[in-house]
Amino acid sequence: MVGIGQTRYYKRGASPDPEFKMVLEAILLACRDAGIGVEEIDGFTSFSNDRNDPPRIAAALGLPELRHSTMVWGGGGGGGSGAVANAAAAVAAGLAETVVVFRGLAQGQFRRYGQGVRTGRAAGAEAFTAPYGVLSPAQGFAMRVRRFMWQHDITQNALRAVALTSYAHAQRNPRAVMYGRPLTAVAYDASRWIVEPFHLYDCCLENDGAAAVIVTSAERARRTRQKPAYILAALQGSGYRQAATAHNAPDYATSNFKALAPRLYAAAGVGPADVDVLQCYENFTGGVMMSIVEHGFCRPDEVNEFFTPENFSFEGGNLPLNTSGGNLAECYMHGLGLIIEAVRQVRGTSCCQVPGAKVSMVVSGPMVQPVSSSIYCAEPTP
Amino acid sequence: MRQHRDDVNRSDQDCPSEHSGRRYYLPAGLPAPAADGPAAEFWAAARRHELVVQRCPRCRTWQWGPEHICHHCHSFDLTYERVSPRGTVYSWERSWYSVHPALQQAVPYLTVLVELPQAGGVRMVGNLLGDPLQMVGIGAEVEAVFEDHHDADPPFTLVQWRMLDQPL
Repeated sequence: MVGIGQTRYYKRGASPDPEFKMVLEAILLACRDAGIGVEEIDGFTSFSNDRNDPPRIAAALGLPELRHSTMVWGGGGGGGSGAVANAAAAVAAGLAETVVVFRGLAQGQFRRYGQGVRTGRAAGAEAFTAPYGVLSPAQGFAMRVRRFMWQHDITQNALRAVALTSYAHAQRNPRAVMYGRPLTAVAYDASRWIVEPFHLYDCCLENDGAAAVIVTSAERARRTRQKPAYILAALQGSGYRQAATAHNAPDYATSNFKALAPRLYAAAGVGPADVDVLQCYENFTGGVMMSIVEHGFCRPDEVNEFFTPENFSFEGGNLPLNTSGGNLAECYMHGLGLIIEAVRQVRGTSCCQVPGAKVSMVVSGPMVQPVSSSIYCAEPTP
Repeated sequence: MRQHRDDVNRSDQDCPSEHSGRRYYLPAGLPAPAADGPAAEFWAAARRHELVVQRCPRCRTWQWGPEHICHHCHSFDLTYERVSPRGTVYSWERSWYSVHPALQQAVPYLTVLVELPQAGGVRMVGNLLGDPLQMVGIGAEVEAVFEDHHDADPPFTLVQWRMLDQPL
């Protein structure tokens, strides 16, 4: 991974530019960062049914030839690392040489995710949720998290630690939408419920912006401007019938990483103890909680002790977490911002740099189907 | 003519809820269930105040939500079977933030996920009737309450739930 680009991040509705224009800007920024010519790009991957069509992007940029474009199905940020996997696979298979992973998301110009769908009739799976007032993503995930917390006697403080961590790290990141707006434990406790067990600060932001990263071969990467982040592994997937409708996934209280995490570590040749810094997708803090458990960083019965802001701090924490402020406090770019931050940690250029970080991991989109994760390294092999 | 929340302080045999004297647990105006496809038989049964679950007649696997195919033996010839309208609370949530215009005056409200042990452990989403601020215990026994929306066009019936130890 050789280039990273992100537009200015705005509160939803505040961007002066349309979404497609922001995508183009993010791609140009990533090329500039890498020191490669825009005309070298010959492939695109994205996720979450991104509206910005690669053939149109290629035409707008005047690219000589488009050789590859793929989409990871599924909503939310579950496909973030999966889009990296598709880019890496395309390069490895010789389908393309320089692939852009991108996401454009201007919620102010389209639909806000935090609002329910406005239809007169709920069809398909929604017929079993929408008439009962289960309309938003927060409402779709709260019962998974509640069940997990009940099973393992987990207190609200575990969720709070995730929120406090993101906000603390965002205070050092001038790009963050919540830069200059610190969060205290008192303010978290006093904040309104959205849907129990989620307070306001347990929920991701709604933003306008775009982000892009560039994937190319290790051989080409060595001739770019930046220190490359080598992709040790990137995988997507989903457990047994996780997409069963009406909340009927047989294993319910899960982030959906139980099957994927062992495959990821085996492919990367590292284990959780080798990970120096983690960017873990916060659609909601409860998803971070289950993801950290399912990626083997602590057992369920250790969550209450393990989940503290100190333990997640870039300054001496055992598991430095979401060091840019993440989806809660930097920007909700469907987690592509987390991948960019993982690259920065490998380069050594984060606002919350973990000293000597070598192995940098990303968890994309817990509780959706599919989900994905990825591991990056400062060297080609761990 | 749709019934609105403000004109409901009246006795009604169909009223399943004491939630602020509402006719329905949640106000009219939310999306109504489209009673079509493999789900049609479920919604037709709910109109008759019967709880049914999809079941494969070949391998006897219970299945919910409805699908076109049995996930176990891949038979397309699925049928519905009537089950006892009882279950246990598998999980729950209390919504405080209105995400739909119809819900502006309806928060907070409770949603439960109910497990049906007599139907292979499938689960159903519904509202928990009664005080929206009540304590909800995972594992508590609940009973289905059929909430008729006779005045909707077309009429439909939602399957709601009430605690067995808290009679209405």
